[in-house]
Amino acid sequence: MTSQPEQPAAVAAAGDVLRVEHVSKRFGPVTALTDINMRLAPGEVLGLLGDNGAGKSTLIKIICGFQQPDSGRLIVDGQEVVLKSVDQARALGIDVVYQDLALINQLSVYHNMFLKREKLRGPLLSNRSMRDTARSYLSDMGINIPSVDVPVASLSGGQRQAIAIARTVYSSDAKILLLDEPLAAMGAKEAAIILDLVRDLKQRGDVSVIIIAHNYGQALEIADRINLLQHGEITLDKASKDTSVAELNDIVVAEYRRALEERQRQTQRPA
Amino acid sequence: MSETTEQTGRLIGEPGGGPGPGSSIGDILRNWLGVFARQREATIFVVAIALFVYFGLSDTSSFISQSNAINLFSAFAAPIIIIAIGEVLLLICGEIDLSVGFIYTFAPFIMFFMNEYYGVPAWLSIVLALVFGLVAGWVNGFITVALGVPSFITTLGTGFILAGLALVLSHAEPHPLPPATLTIGKYLATDGWAQFIWAVILVAIFHVVLTRTRWGLYTISTGGNALGAREAGINIGRIKYGNFMITGLLGAFVGVQVAFYTNDIDPLAGGYQPMFYAVTAAVIGGTAMLGGSGTILGAFIGAIVLAALLDGFDVQGINANSVQIVFGAAILIAMVGNVQLARIRERGRMV
Repeated sequence: MTSQPEQPAAVAAAGDVLRVEHVSKRFGPVTALTDINMRLAPGEVLGLLGDNGAGKSTLIKIICGFQQPDSGRLIVDGQEVVLKSVDQARALGIDVVYQDLALINQLSVYHNMFLKREKLRGPLLSNRSMRDTARSYLSDMGINIPSVDVPVASLSGGQRQAIAIARTVYSSDAKILLLDEPLAAMGAKEAAIILDLVRDLKQRGDVSVIIIAHNYGQALEIADRINLLQHGEITLDKASKDTSVAELNDIVVAEYRRALEERQRQTQRPA
Repeated sequence: MSETTEQTGRLIGEPGGGPGPGSSIGDILRNWLGVFARQREATIFVVAIALFVYFGLSDTSSFISQSNAINLFSAFAAPIIIIAIGEVLLLICGEIDLSVGFIYTFAPFIMFFMNEYYGVPAWLSIVLALVFGLVAGWVNGFITVALGVPSFITTLGTGFILAGLALVLSHAEPHPLPPATLTIGKYLATDGWAQFIWAVILVAIFHVVLTRTRWGLYTISTGGNALGAREAGINIGRIKYGNFMITGLLGAFVGVQVAFYTNDIDPLAGGYQPMFYAVTAAVIGGTAMLGGSGTILGAFIGAIVLAALLDGFDVQGINANSVQIVFGAAILIAMVGNVQLARIRERGRMV
C-alpha cells in the first residue's frame, strides 16, 4: 500500500497534493455541496470563486477537517484520508484561515497567534518566547499593531485578519493552506501585504494554497488556476491566464439573470 | 450617569491637574491610580482593605485577635475560596455549577460509609469521597455537554438529587466522624490555619493553571468564542468536562474539610449558600457571568471580603437578618464599582 521509495515517479504522476472526489454535504434540508471534484497541484495557488451561499466555506471546512462530508473522498498525497478533526488535518499538513478568523477576543494577540500551537516549557506556557516570535512574525509581514499583549478585541478588522493569517502561515509547517476570504476586512494597503505573502509562499514552491476571494481581479492576479463553485458544484476550471474578470463576471451576471427571471415567473403566476 | 464616568475617567486618565506646587505629587498619585485602576482585582482589593480597617477600628479587641483571624480566614473564607476556584473556571468557560454545595454535603458521607460500614482504610475513604466529587462533576459534564442541557438546569437537577440522597442515606441525622479519620482531619481542617492554608495552596495552583497553562487558555477560549475555539481545534467538550470535574473535586474536598472542622457530618451542611457565596466571590472579583474572562485571585479577594462581612458583623453582634441587607448592598456596590472601572479601563485602552 505504501508507495515504494524507488518509484517516486508514480507518485509524481498521480501528482496532486490534494484531490477532492464526489464530495457532498447536506445540512438538514439544505444541500450545500452536491458533487465536488477538485484537484490541487504542488506549489499551486487555486482561486475558489462563487456566489454567497454557493458552498465555498463548507468545502474549506471539509478539507480542513472541521466538518465531515456525507459522501465522497479526500486524497492527500495520493492517500485516501478520512479527516475527523482539525488536529488530524493539521498533522497531515493542512491548515486554514477561517472566514470568521476563529480568534478569541479576550486573549492577547500572541496567545491567539499560538492557539493550539503553544510553545511550552514543561507544563507551562512559554509566554516570552511566544511574545517575541509573534512580534517578529508581524514585523516581518509589515503588520503594525500597538502591542502583541493587547487583547485582539481592541484591534481593527484588518489587523485581526492579519493575525489570523500570520498564525496559520507562520506558526505551522502546512503544505496545504486554505484561506477563506483572507482579504475581506482589509484595505488596499493591508491586502497588498497579504497578496505579497501568498506570492512569497508560491515562490517557495512547497506550499499549495486554496484561496477564496470575492474580488475577481485580486483572485486572477494571485491564483494560477480558477475554480468557480455554483450550486454545490465546480462549474468552471481554468488557468488564470485563460480566463478574465469579464468572463467570470458574465457567468455570474448570467446566474443573477436566471435568478431574476425565476423570481418574475413566480410572482406572475398568482396574478 | 455617563457624565460621572467621564469625569472619573478624566481624573485618572489625564496627567496634570492645575498648575502650582503639589501638582507633580498629584501627577504621581494620578498615574499610580491609573495603573491601579487597570488591574482587574483593584476595586475589590480596596473594598477588602476598607472592611478590615472599619471592623478593626470599630471593634479592636475582638476583631483583631488570633482566634477571630482563624475564624475569619479558615472557617468563613476558606470554603468560599475553594468552591469559588471551581466556579471561576466554569463561569469562564460559560457554565455554572449549582450542585457543588450538595457535592459538599454528600462527600463526607461517602467517607463515613466507606470507613464505618465497609472497613476501608481512613485515607482511602477520604480519597473515595474526593473521587465521588470527580464522578459527580463528570455526570454534570455529561448531561451538559453530551446531552445538551444548559448547566444551570443540569446542576439544579443533580443538586436536588444529591441533597435528597444525603438526607435519605443519613436518615436526616448528623453522623459522627469515624475516629480513624481524625488524624488526617487534623491536616485537612482541624488545625487552626489548615483550611486557609489549603485554600491558599489551591488558589496558587489554579491561578497558574488558569494563566500559565494550555488548560487555562482553552478554558478562556471556550467561553470567549466557542465556535472559534472549535475551529482552532480545541475540544471544548473536554474542557467543560474537566472544569465540572475540578469543581466537583473541590466541592467534595470542602465538604470533608468542613465535616472535620465542625466535628460532625451534617446532612444539612453545604447546600446552596456556600455555592452562592462562591459565585458572588467570583463575580465581585471580576469574573464575567457571560464567560471568557475572570481571575482566581479576584475570587480569592472577593471571598475574603464576604468572609470579613460575615465575620465582622458576627463579632459586632449585629442581627443576622440585617447582615443580609448589608451583604446585598456590598455586592451591588462592589459590582457597580467594577463595571464603572471596567469602562475606565476600556477608555484607557482606546487612548
